[in-house]
Amino acid sequence: MIRLIDIQKAYDNGTKALKGVSFRIDDGEFVFLVGPSGSGKSTIIKLITAEIAPNAGRLMVNGYNLNNIRPRQVPYMRRTLGVIFQDFRLIEKKTVEENLTFAMRTVGAAPREIRKRIPYVLELVGLDQKGACRPTELSGGEQQRVAIARALVNNPQMIIADEPTGNLDPQRSLEIMMLLERINELGTTVLVVTHEKELVNRFAKRVVAIENGRVISDETGGYYNDETTI
Amino acid sequence: MKQRYDFGYFLSEGFRSIFTHGFMSFAAVCMIVCCLLIMGSFTLVAVNVDHMLGDLERENEFTAFVDERYTQEQTQALQATLEAIPNVASATFVSKEEAQENFAADKADNELFASLPATVYRDRYRIHVDEIQRMEDTVAQVEGTAGIAKVRAELEIAEGFVVVRNIAGAVAVILVVILLLVSLFIISNTIKLATFNRREEIAIMKMCGATNSFVRWPFVFEGMLLGLTGAVAAFFLEWGVYTLVGSAITTSDTIALITVLPFQPMALRVLGVFAGTGLVIGVGGSVLAIRKFLQV
Repeated sequence: MIRLIDIQKAYDNGTKALKGVSFRIDDGEFVFLVGPSGSGKSTIIKLITAEIAPNAGRLMVNGYNLNNIRPRQVPYMRRTLGVIFQDFRLIEKKTVEENLTFAMRTVGAAPREIRKRIPYVLELVGLDQKGACRPTELSGGEQQRVAIARALVNNPQMIIADEPTGNLDPQRSLEIMMLLERINELGTTVLVVTHEKELVNRFAKRVVAIENGRVISDETGGYYNDETTI
Repeated sequence: MKQRYDFGYFLSEGFRSIFTHGFMSFAAVCMIVCCLLIMGSFTLVAVNVDHMLGDLERENEFTAFVDERYTQEQTQALQATLEAIPNVASATFVSKEEAQENFAADKADNELFASLPATVYRDRYRIHVDEIQRMEDTVAQVEGTAGIAKVRAELEIAEGFVVVRNIAGAVAVILVVILLLVSLFIISNTIKLATFNRREEIAIMKMCGATNSFVRWPFVFEGMLLGLTGAVAAFFLEWGVYTLVGSAITTSDTIALITVLPFQPMALRVLGVFAGTGLVIGVGGSVLAIRKFLQV
């Protein structure tokens, strides 16, 4: 569960990225966070992943109060999240399986646990035959599936996808969204940050729209309206 | 998921990383070898200089003249009293006859001194000290001993030795510390370059929930392995260079007066110091280098 209460964030250069943002995402929800470039979407993601701290307001992520979280608790908070990026961020020297093993090793998983979990996750994302491939041998859509597998492999409570379809063609984008929807149906909360109107409107999910550092609409089963993209 | 610290995994990751970033590893080992060679060579020169100063110090002595009223038995008994004084290494008795012979031998070309009778001389003790720094106190104690009429000591020479040794020691310590800091800085930068190539990997690890220590350990092992490799290579190079230079000095006609200590008795200590310093430089450099990349 994520809870933002009147969050304000200004950067050192004086830019006011968030001017009192409040919303809540409950366990098991699928939420689109939309808005034009510079609206504050990425700042919200950075706040949720504890890369930056808010200047004011209250922020709770999966039971952790990020206003007074100790630095040594941050890794444990991050283990409750799986993050997917637009540029995939896979390690090119490692195979698909090694990328997933790397993510599991990172949180101290036992080798037996790793051997059991990776085939399951690869099958879930439809890459069970690609475990030995390197990311450079895969298409963009497949690379994003590997990134989703890596985000899922440690069984997080929530998946945060930051512009996951930004580098993909419409057909691959749709496939990725359908995969995220399936993951949500299996019980994982999903937050997708995007500005792809058609894709958002195709899935009748909750849409939180941000503009100029403020929430301008929050509708369940809502649409990404033209008025929200100024 | 329970946190496990698999040190076998950290070690294998560190070992693998050395070969993955082969050129940077080679550069880091070369830097460690150069730093240790410079430091080691300077330290060995300092050790040799110290040894030579020690030899010269051991030759330093002072003379205590025995009271003329003392009988021969009383004079002989003084030896034990003198040798019981702290810092006195040995007290050697020289009779007035021996003193006369020595003096006459020194002044053989001067007839004026040849005819001096033995009664002009006094019985005396030649006293060697353990530590030249404490010579002044020892002289005072010998002077205060019953049966000693007078003491003749070249305190200025003794003080000169102390000053030379102190300066040499201080210069050695300062230079070694400076070289150590320079090496740490160079290694830190070398490993920082290697770490820079892997900043993306580190960022992914941190985003997946890796603790700082989990990220740090493979780099620590990598630094440790690089440091030890550099130390072993530097040890054998130092051995070769020292032996070559040492034999050149001892066979030279012009600088044959300088005695060079053999390397073998010092080898184990040199290897220990190199390994320790290599470890400190390697591990310290890694920890310094990775610090910045952990702040994600």
